[in-house]
Amino acid sequence: MELLVRGTKTFGAFHLAADFTVAGNRIGIFGESGSGKSTLVNMLAGLEHPDSGEIMLDGEPLFSADRRINVPPERRRVALVFQHPHLFPHLSVRGNLLYGWKRCAVANRQVGLDDIIDVLKIGHILDRGVTNLSGGEKQRVALGRALLSNPRLLLMDEPLSALDDTLRFQIIPYLRGACEALAIPYLFISHSLVEMQLMAERVIVFSQGRQVADATPDDLARSRMGESPVGYINLLRLTDPRDNDGLTSYGWAGNRLFLTAPPGEGELLFELSSKDMILFKKHPEAISARNLLCCTVTDTFGAGRKAGVELQCGTGRLVAEVAVEAARELELAVGSEVFAAVKASAFRRLG
Amino acid sequence: MPTFTPADLEAIRLSAKVAVAATIVSLPFGIAVAYVMSYLSFRGKTVVEVLLNLPLTLPPVVIGYLLLLLLGKKGWLGGMLDAAGIRVVFTWYAAVIASAVVGFPLLVRSIRIAMESIDERLIQASRTLGARWYDSLSTVILPLSLRGIVAGSSLMFGRSLGEFGATIIVAGNIPGVTQTMPLAIYDYASSPGGEKAALALCLVSAGLSLAVLFLHEYLGSRVTRRS
Repeated sequence: MELLVRGTKTFGAFHLAADFTVAGNRIGIFGESGSGKSTLVNMLAGLEHPDSGEIMLDGEPLFSADRRINVPPERRRVALVFQHPHLFPHLSVRGNLLYGWKRCAVANRQVGLDDIIDVLKIGHILDRGVTNLSGGEKQRVALGRALLSNPRLLLMDEPLSALDDTLRFQIIPYLRGACEALAIPYLFISHSLVEMQLMAERVIVFSQGRQVADATPDDLARSRMGESPVGYINLLRLTDPRDNDGLTSYGWAGNRLFLTAPPGEGELLFELSSKDMILFKKHPEAISARNLLCCTVTDTFGAGRKAGVELQCGTGRLVAEVAVEAARELELAVGSEVFAAVKASAFRRLG
Repeated sequence: MPTFTPADLEAIRLSAKVAVAATIVSLPFGIAVAYVMSYLSFRGKTVVEVLLNLPLTLPPVVIGYLLLLLLGKKGWLGGMLDAAGIRVVFTWYAAVIASAVVGFPLLVRSIRIAMESIDERLIQASRTLGARWYDSLSTVILPLSLRGIVAGSSLMFGRSLGEFGATIIVAGNIPGVTQTMPLAIYDYASSPGGEKAALALCLVSAGLSLAVLFLHEYLGSRVTRRS
């Protein structure tokens, strides 16, 4: 998918100026509320039109002020998943799912109902009304409805922000997995860095109506570590839980980690803040933290009054943060060996 | 037990016929106008708004008189219809038109309230899923404003049953032809010894109105429960 947006839009005191080209299948649009993300979404979907400029999708103009082109929303094949599910209340789950599919040209029907039922696991609710579904089910149906319209591009406008934390991280694999399995490129809009890290391969950052950066989610997370109250969030996929003396031990990147979290099923996603790691130059003999990882420094970067340290631990990678002075004392440099201590309670399960 | 003369029964039948016809004829226009007023913005919308609501405040007699001017043989529309061999004034068609005009604001208002309470995002969702505007209208907007359509139609029907002022001017008060229930009651009430007959028709009128309002409530609650 290749998308070119070059356009302005003014209403009241707000001015949006977008000028970017992105290619890829998992694009993130990151910004605080009021940064113009939703206006951008509406312009891409054809629900609002820019005052000037042009929007091209895969070389085809969706809007062009110069050429007087404004393709109406129903012909853009750009589907939307909103913050709230917005399911049609008078239709069943099946009726909702098939709404776009029925209106999609037969030649473009690559994704069918059976594919969606499989990836979203909604077979058991097909004939139910939509009002009594749970929040997660509703959002999955909304996603299925959008995917079944066989769009060239799927816009997801903060699709997780109305869900609670647990549900949020349960839905993410569906969002990403379904789009990947069905080969539908998406634009994921959010103000959450963690969501960006999980959903996007490339991120365009918006602030006050204009785009200010174009980066990978990891670069973005690093650049924001300095001012972020939660630090850099490491995302770890832990496997093979075993009970171990009141703690749970998990496998991660060739290491065993000890967590206070109770064991769960299969691969689990945990977050670990860069703030919750302590670095030692030499092996400390006795320490209360249950995890002591021998790591190699692979990168260091400045982040305000702190220094970020990228560590290679087994086959995994973690980012820790230390005060600039500490970095000097420990003589942290690429290639040096350190020990990272992490408390068993520092890992927080997502989903 | 009140007894009805054949003329009374004819008046009851005619009232029902006029009310049904006025409601059915107005419905498509009511939906169209409600859609335009809910979703489109255009210059002079306020003026249209005022004109739409005018029949609510204008005395029905005035409406009847204006219709008479419009539809009479020398009227702008009446002249054209006359040339085509169609006579409207002093027929039951005129009663239908009078009822339709007087009840129209009620119909539009109910449908509009229902349409405006539909979440804008639902309509946007249907558009991005490939529905053109008329497709959105028939598959999202109309089903979701069904309650308003039902409510508006029953109000319109009820209002038509009671139409008097405009009808008497533009359709006249011809027993068996244009004499609806209210007109018959008026006749009885203004002639000596007609009190009992007037009261009997009043009871029928009140019964019909109550039935319409109960039906309105019943359908309204059913539609709510389903959605």
